[in-house]
Formats: sequence, C-alpha cells, structure tokens
Amino acid sequence: MNQSVDSIRDEARSWLKENWDSSLSLIEWRTRLAESGWAAPDWPEDYYGRNLGPAEVAAINEEFAAAGAIGGAQSTGVRSLAAATLLEHGSDEQKRTFLRRILTGEDAWCQLFSEPGSGSDLAGATTRADRQGNEWVVNGQKVWNTSAHHADYGLLVARTDWDQPKHKGLTYFIIDMRQPGVEVRQLRQMNGHASFNEVFFTNASVLPDHMIGEEGEGWAVAVTTLAYERRGFARSRDIKIDKLWSGKIYDQYREEVAIANEPYTWYPQRAGRVDLVVQRAKETGAIEDPVIRQKIAKLLAMDKSAQWFAARLREDQKAGRAKGPEGSITKLAASNIARLASDVHTSITGTDAMLTGPESPQNGIIAEILVSVPAVSIAGGTDEIQKNIISERLLDMPKETRFDTGPFKDVRRN
Amino acid sequence: MEFSFTAEQDQFRESVARFMTDKSPSSDVRKLMETDDGFDPNVWRQLCGELGLTGIHIPETYGGAGFGPVELGIAMEEQGRALLCAPYLSSSVMAGYALLTSASEEQKRAWLPAIADGSQIATLAISEDLGLWRANDICLTAKPNKDAYTLAGRKRFVLDGCVADMLFVVARTEAGLSLFKVDTSAKGLRRTPLPAMDPTRKIAEIELAGTPAELVGQDGGFNLDATFDSVLVAFANELAGGAEAMLSSVVEYSKLRVQFGRPIGSFQAIKHRCADLMVEVELAKAAAYQAAQQLASGEEATELASLAKATASDAYLFAARECIQFHGGIGFTWENDTHLWFKRAKSSEVFLGTPQEHRERMLQAVGV
Ligand SMILES: Cc1cc2nc3c(=O)[nH]c(=O)nc-3n(C[C@H](O)[C@H](O)[C@H](O)COP(=O)(O)OP(=O)(O)OC[C@H]3O[C@@H](n4cnc5c(N)ncnc54)[C@H](O)[C@@H]3O)c2cc1C
Repeated sequence: MNQSVDSIRDEARSWLKENWDSSLSLIEWRTRLAESGWAAPDWPEDYYGRNLGPAEVAAINEEFAAAGAIGGAQSTGVRSLAAATLLEHGSDEQKRTFLRRILTGEDAWCQLFSEPGSGSDLAGATTRADRQGNEWVVNGQKVWNTSAHHADYGLLVARTDWDQPKHKGLTYFIIDMRQPGVEVRQLRQMNGHASFNEVFFTNASVLPDHMIGEEGEGWAVAVTTLAYERRGFARSRDIKIDKLWSGKIYDQYREEVAIANEPYTWYPQRAGRVDLVVQRAKETGAIEDPVIRQKIAKLLAMDKSAQWFAARLREDQKAGRAKGPEGSITKLAASNIARLASDVHTSITGTDAMLTGPESPQNGIIAEILVSVPAVSIAGGTDEIQKNIISERLLDMPKETRFDTGPFKDVRRN
Repeated sequence: MEFSFTAEQDQFRESVARFMTDKSPSSDVRKLMETDDGFDPNVWRQLCGELGLTGIHIPETYGGAGFGPVELGIAMEEQGRALLCAPYLSSSVMAGYALLTSASEEQKRAWLPAIADGSQIATLAISEDLGLWRANDICLTAKPNKDAYTLAGRKRFVLDGCVADMLFVVARTEAGLSLFKVDTSAKGLRRTPLPAMDPTRKIAEIELAGTPAELVGQDGGFNLDATFDSVLVAFANELAGGAEAMLSSVVEYSKLRVQFGRPIGSFQAIKHRCADLMVEVELAKAAAYQAAQQLASGEEATELASLAKATASDAYLFAARECIQFHGGIGFTWENDTHLWFKRAKSSEVFLGTPQEHRERMLQAVGV
C-alpha cells in the first residue's frame, strides 16, 4: 500500500513538473488534467480516472498543492453528486459528455429532489414528466434546491407513471436549467443566506437521451445520489491553493471558486467549525475550565473518529466490502458533531454569543455557526430518516408499516 | 496511514472469532467467573498453542508471532465481544508491553517466550491505594540492597494478581520510575483477591514488605507512558468488541420480542435508539482501529490511545445500558447475560483511568 502511495506520488510529481503550466487558461489546464487522468484519480480508468484509493489520492493532492497546481472542479457543489450518479448509472455517452465538463468546471449542477409536498418521503414526488413526441415535458415544483440559481444542469426525480406504486413510477433525468420552462427563485434561510431555491417547471423539456437509468427506475438512481451525499458529510478533498500564488489562471480559479462556492460559504459553519474550538478556547480563557475541556475533548474525539470511520468506509467501498447505506452513519455522526460543536462554541463564547455581525466574535463566524448548524440534521435527509435507514438497512430491524402501497394516484398526500 | 484491514487480517479475525464462539459461550463465562482463578487452563492452552494469540504482538526473537498492534487489536476485539475469561490483558498485553518497552535484551529473552507461549502468566502492578495510573501517582518505593532491591508498599487493582507466575511491579527509586520483577514465593509478599463487581476480571491486592525484587531494565528506566499507550490501544479494541456485542444483542432481541402484536424492534423509538447506538459503536471501533494503526506506524500514540480508551469505554457502557433497557424486566435478571457485559463495561470504564482522565490526557498530549 505505502509503496504504491510513494510511487504514485513520484509519478504525480514528475507529471506536474512537465505539464503544470500557469499560462494556460483554467479550462485549458483542466481539460489537460481531465484527459490525463490526474483530475479525478479515484475515478475509473475508462472515465478520466486512474482507479486509485484514498491514500494515493491524498498523496496526489499534496503534490498538487505543493506545486501550486489547480485540481479538477468536481468537488465543488453538486458536481460531485452528479459525477457519482453518472459514474454508477449513466450511459457511456452521458459519462463522456458530462463527466469531462464536471472536471473542467464548465457546468454547474443542482439537485432537484425535494418538493413542497415530499421531502423525507422523496419517493412521493409529484413533479411530472410526460413523454411527448421525441422529448420529455416536465411540469411541477421543486424546493430547497441548493445552488439552482447557478446551475446549468439539474438532477431531477420526476413521476412518469401514476398507476405504479410510488417507488416504481419515478424516473431520473438530467434537465437543462437554462431554458424558458425553468424558473428559479431564491429563498432566504434562517441564517440570512439564500443558497437554496424553489424551482418551477412549466412545460420544460428534457432530451430523450438525458434520462439516467431506465424509465420507472429513478428511485434506485436517486438512492445512489443520496448515499453518496451522506457519505460526503465527512469529506473534504479540495486541493488547497495557497493565497500567495498569483497569475491569470489563479485569478480565473478564484473567480470560479467564488461563484461555485457562493451558496456554500456558510457550510463550514453549519458543520460546527470544530477546527476553531481549541484556538477560541485559548483566546477566551475557557481552556482553563475543566468542564469545557471535557466537552472539547469529547468533540475532538467524535470528530476524529467520524473521519476515520469515513476513511475506512471509503476503502471498504472501493474494495466492495460495504453494504451501501453506511453513509447514513457518517451523516448522523456529522449532525451529532455539529450540534455538540455549536454547544461548545456557546460555552466558550459565553454572553458574547448573543452578538452577530462582523464585530461579533471571530468576525461573526461564531454567530453564523450557531444559526447554521440546524441545517445539518435536515439537509440530505433528516436525522430521523438516517435512523430509519440505519435500523432497517444496516441493522435489519423490521420496516415501518406502510400506508402508501398500491397505485401512487390513490396514495394520501399533502 | 492505513484505515482498513488487509485480507489476511480479516481472515485472522474470522479464525479468532470462531475460536471465541466455540470456547467462550456465555455458559462458560458464567462458570469461570465463579472460580477463583477465573479462566479455563484448557482453553488457555489452546488459545496460546493453536491460535498463538498470546504472542501475537511479541517479536519472533522472543518467541512471539511478530505481528503488531493491529493484529493484537483484532484479537482483543474478538475476546471482548465474547467476554473471554483469560489472563490475556494482564499477561500478554500489560506485562508483555512493559517488558517490550523497558526490559534489557537478556531479560526479554528470558521472560517473553514464556509469556508468548502462555506457559507462564505474568501481570503488571501499577496502581496503588488511590487507584490511579499515571507516573506521578506511583508512591511505592524500591530500596537498593546489595545487588538487589527490596520493595515496600501496596499495589491494588492488579489484574490476575493472584494467579500470576511472574509479577512485575512499578516502583520508584532515587533514579525515578523503575520496573521490578518479584518472585511469587518471595518473602513478605502477600496476594489477596479483591471482591470484584465484575466477576469476569479477577483483581488482587499485592502487599510487599521488604520483599526482594529484581530490577527490570535500567534503574529509573521504566517507560510507563509508552507501556500505558500500547496497553490502552489494545484495551480500547477489547471494549469496542464488547460494545458491538451489546449492539448485536439488543438488535437481535428487539426482533424477537413481541408486544402490542408486533416485534418491539418495529417501534421507531427503539429503532432510532439502536441507530444512535450504532453510530456510537462505529465511532468507537474507528477510534480503536485508528489508534492501533497509529501505534503500528511507530508514531507518537498518546493522543489516540487515550482518545480511543475514552471513546470505546463510553460506547460500551452506553450499549450495555441500552441493552438492559430494551430487554425490560428480564434485562435486570441474573439469568439474562446482559449484566455480564454491563459489568465488564462498568469495570473497564475506570480500569486504567476514567474517560474523563483520558480526555484530559488526550488534550495534554497535543499541548492543549
Ligand atoms: C440547507 C438545506 C439544503 C438543502 N438542499 C437541497 C437540495 O439541494 N436539493 C433537494 O432536493 N433538497 C434539498 N434540501 C431539502 C431536504 O432534503 C429536505 O428538507 C429534507 O429531506 C426534509 O424534508 P422536508 O423538509 O419536506 O421535511 P418533512 O419530510 O416534512 O419532515 C418533517 C419532520 O418529520 C420527520 N419525519 C418525516 N418522515 C419521518 C419518518 N418516516 N419517521 C420519523 N420522522 C419523520 C422529519 O425527520 C422532520 O423532522 C435541503 C434542505 C436544507 C435545510
């Protein structure tokens, strides 16, 4: 294992020596990256990758960071979900068309799953897609769709058959967001940001070969997206580009990142900013308080353990040893960690936790943590839903009694 | 850094697990916990012989199998799951690591092979009247006496202290913390069993009154912290195994027990608490595994050792409590097995330091 890490590190280093060129445009550089397999080394060899494990990828990322070389764009926003879904269920042509543009950052994506009437009960979606001639026509509404206001494409779950039981009547599509039948309205959140949106479809069109998987099999595809999303609650695989690097390509990169990350600036805060805890406690003197020290240690232990769990899960997944829904453990752990972190920050900050804005502790970051953490236990499937999944699919406990079997058109809904 | 297990390690785990299922059913645990010695010499011989578990982490030069902390962790986890009653933690782990970290080459060659093949049972006496485990807490003194030493004082909570054939005692000399070997027939030595809440672990009090002792390694050269870290990592793996056993037990029972016309495991209140429990148990396993990998890598392991101990013993106790709760009345009986694990979880919470102490130690290890 370590041997392969060392040799891949050497290979990456010498490839970068020959190929890293800061005079290229960002897209040119990333195209070169995509085509050489260095943009997404963990992807399959047939699709822009090298089929490498997490340890090798980490070594490669270090080499990139050391060289000041910019990496692929796949980890920002919903691109990673789109990629994971396409890699597992996409047709060869879909993979060739979309994966490269995910790596180069040419396309931004959003996830169009939740609706006003169905959130946890995702399979209860009522946005409809009807086949008309050579295309699919979409009508209905989605909601809470993060970054839909920047997106070029959406991952859409829509109902194509109302006579089938709910899970069987869904189909998964790639929808072009830049068309007249799609209207996006930003929604303001409790933390003041407006990252998520409502999305209205009025006779919007989907090309026939933009269906992922088969008609009526959208649920299985959606499960892949969700499982990946949940595992991702412990993931951080961005290549860190030092602030000091300067030049045109870095300017383009920073601009692209700024736009792509605009809906996500508060995401580190919603995860609880465990990284700030010790430094803050030293600053405020709370580090001397034995009770707070216990809380801090507990938080750090949980946070690290969750990362180790996620790292092992990635390796087990790669080796085909995982069941699939283990990401729900990662997700639930992330919720627990975020909540505890929010409490710890409050204890450390004391009465100053009443303040907000740039003059408040840590330039407002602490206040943003306190009002952002509640999102973690809702987004990507609520804690309650993760617990259902863990108990039913990992622990094989009895399933809930269902009241929603039979043709979907007869099922009670909002 | 590795995060997962190799195929060989998975195989090794399977064979250890099979052995534990065969040789340590709860009926045997119940029999053995009522005995003074607390283990079955036959099973012990097989554990040492067939499986070679007692020397798994001991280098081949000293008669062991030459594997490391990760394999030892696997052995411990499976023992913890099955609640194996055997002087393994005391002899192989505690005494074994004490010698590995601090004994002279000659002493290692003399004593480790007997520990590795299980022909002798050893133990390590650390804590005293206050039940504390850190270097600063050791008061028992050793006085030089011609070319030997004499020890005076009292050790408590000595694991398998009454059955041990080799007693290693941590004491203080003018040069600092030192390790001594005390002959079990030495004059002035008195070993008394302590009444244990957890009958699956035998603990003893050891009194030394001018008892002659042989210095192990250098005078003032006992590395308690390094020994402690290695022991904690193995121990945390045992606790993670016990915690997972409790999770399996509660889930299994909840599928069988019917109330209100349905299995109690179909009630969301119970499913959700089992899911919470699974998260705790998985994080405890992750911590225990990572601590073992860290130790195996040869890097500083204090932070992870204490982190893993605190995390795993908390998870174990949580799991055992939930297991009792979800069994209802039967969960509070002597007949039901849950209390065996509960008591192991409870005694392990304080043995080698409480979770609070380890959280503090973990912070201090990284300068916080
Ligand atoms: C910050 C943020 C970003 C988001 N981004 C996106 C996005 O990009 N794309 C997208 O499609 N969606 C997104 N969502 C939506 C999110 O997935 C849903 O809000 C979530 O799944 C819950 O659905 P709901 O809001 O309809 O609540 P409901 O499903 O109505 O749930 C209400 C309450 O009932 C509980 N509940 C529901 N069913 C059960 C059950 N079976 N057992 C026990 N309790 C139950 C829930 O846990 C919750 O507490 C985002 C949400 C947030 C907060």
